[in-house]
Amino acid sequence: MTPLVDLSQVRFTWPKQARPVLDIAEFQVMPGERVFLRGPSGSGKSTLLGLISGVLSPQEGEIRLMGEDLTQCSSARRDRLRADHLGIIFQLFNLVPYLGVVANVALPLRFSPRRRAAVEGAPEKEAIRLLSALGLTDSDLLERRVVDLSVGQQQRVAAARALIGAPDLVIADEPTSALDTLARDQFITLLAGEAERTGAGLLFVSHDPGLASHFERSVDLTEINRASQTEPAA
Amino acid sequence: MNASILGLAWRSLMNRKGSALLTILAVALSVALFLGVEKTRQGAREGFATTISGTHLIVGARTGQVNLLLYSVFRLGDATAEISWPSYEWLASREDVDWTVPISLGDSHRGFRVLGTTPGYFEHYKYAGGDSLEMAEGEQFDDLFDAVIGAEVAQELGYEVGTEMVLSHGLGRAGLQTHDNRPFRVVGVLERTGTPVDRTIHVSLQAITAIHVGWETGTRNPMADSISEDMVRGFDLTPRTVTAVFVGLKQPGRILSVKRSIDTYRGEPMMAIMPGVALTQLWEVSSVAERALLGVSLFVVAVGLVSILTSILTSLNARRREMSILRAVGARPGHIFFLLVAEAALLGFFGALAGMVLVHVLLAVAGPLLAARYGINLIGTGPGMVDVYTVLAVTGAALMMGAIPAWLAFRRSLADGLTVKL
Repeated sequence: MTPLVDLSQVRFTWPKQARPVLDIAEFQVMPGERVFLRGPSGSGKSTLLGLISGVLSPQEGEIRLMGEDLTQCSSARRDRLRADHLGIIFQLFNLVPYLGVVANVALPLRFSPRRRAAVEGAPEKEAIRLLSALGLTDSDLLERRVVDLSVGQQQRVAAARALIGAPDLVIADEPTSALDTLARDQFITLLAGEAERTGAGLLFVSHDPGLASHFERSVDLTEINRASQTEPAA
Repeated sequence: MNASILGLAWRSLMNRKGSALLTILAVALSVALFLGVEKTRQGAREGFATTISGTHLIVGARTGQVNLLLYSVFRLGDATAEISWPSYEWLASREDVDWTVPISLGDSHRGFRVLGTTPGYFEHYKYAGGDSLEMAEGEQFDDLFDAVIGAEVAQELGYEVGTEMVLSHGLGRAGLQTHDNRPFRVVGVLERTGTPVDRTIHVSLQAITAIHVGWETGTRNPMADSISEDMVRGFDLTPRTVTAVFVGLKQPGRILSVKRSIDTYRGEPMMAIMPGVALTQLWEVSSVAERALLGVSLFVVAVGLVSILTSILTSLNARRREMSILRAVGARPGHIFFLLVAEAALLGFFGALAGMVLVHVLLAVAGPLLAARYGINLIGTGPGMVDVYTVLAVTGAALMMGAIPAWLAFRRSLADGLTVKL
């Protein structure tokens, strides 16, 4: 089975920095797998997500997404792969303020014919179904502007947006850091359940090791990142 | 994809209604100025060009040919001198002349010019490429104190056949001495022509002489009232002078030799002009000012377009997160580029559209005022291809303007990646 994500001997160094921030021998996410990636702040979690989503390119190594080597792809191809196969949830919600709840959820379908084709019926109908599955059942909420929603509600909108059009992999970057424990557990359960329903892999990133129990596999970034194991030269 | 991004661009603009509306207003005003200048220019030219046709020569006292054309045909300005009746008779009796229509200007009625002429005027005066004057109501003047009025005179003053009117001595709306002892009666109303004829009151040449009996010194003689209408009718009312003469030739090919003969007439200084040539000279005189105005208005349009650039550029930094969100959900840098270009194009399009509507509203209001105050009839100023081209050109220029912030956003979206920490 081809891994969704397959990193091999990847080294990444930010411009004007001497030491790499990431040096990973190998890391994989298999189709449908729910992986928890933990690591303290500044350990390179967001950088790793940037590499997996094809926004950043490593100086060394190979990153395969859906079997395609991102380091050999053109920029346009990487953009296409991201649009077609990835759903991303951010820590800071990152909803488009001038779009309504449903339009925000349906936004990825504007940029990916493949994901649009995966939706049966009207995009709005699917958006509402996903929102409902993630616990936003109040139709009154759907009429509001996204900036008028609570933090938890905004995060569910962001999750629905990542899930729409059945992407192969959902990446969640610290999506629960602004939620209380009850809301956090509920959100992860709903997200994981919906990802499982669509068959999407889930790469959930957080600094909170307490969330590991919600996932099939937990990976400590500091353990797989050789760059964090070497002390900087004095 | 394009329709989808266009939808996003529209919603983005609606999210910034205030600044978007101000930008649209700036573009609208600049486009309205440009279209206003262009339409007024074209409308005036069209109006002038269609005012007279079929007249080979216009003869008057020696002056500039543009001046003679303006006062004799367009009722703009005044004649500095007149030509004597014997000179007119010499002209009319020439073998190469087919017809003549003498006109006498100088009096007015409530701001409308009074033109003394002969019945031949209604036969020979042609406009808009050969149309003749038609009566909408009544008939041509027959009696000494009959008047035939233009369509706008009738409409504006509410006059109809049978209405009595008193002419004023000289031009202007108020403070003039009147010929109230010689009232006229409206016997005919002309169909609308879109020319200064619409704003003219036509009476016979003899009537002009008749109302000036007792005015030999230029003002009303106290004895004038003692001369009854019947007495006046008994006088020889042949005018001593006329302001100008419209001339038709038997052989238009001889126009230059007839003109030369009139220009060199020894009896008194006269000149003959060919209306078409005089119009061309008029355009030459006015074209410098027209080009300057057009240039200024184009600069104003450019300023309006720069306001689009400014509006989008100033919002760009605040929208970096929006761009990175769009990138994260699948937008490619090209989408970001197109989004901002589309926003600029929408601002340009709606600005130009609003400007077009504004200018047509203004022309609808100002057109009659221009005609009333300056006798300039604007023809063909309704919506047309020039509006379509202007809207398209402004939209295209806005699109190009939008390429600057779009390129910046494109570059930043590549550099910022999926997350922006602002």
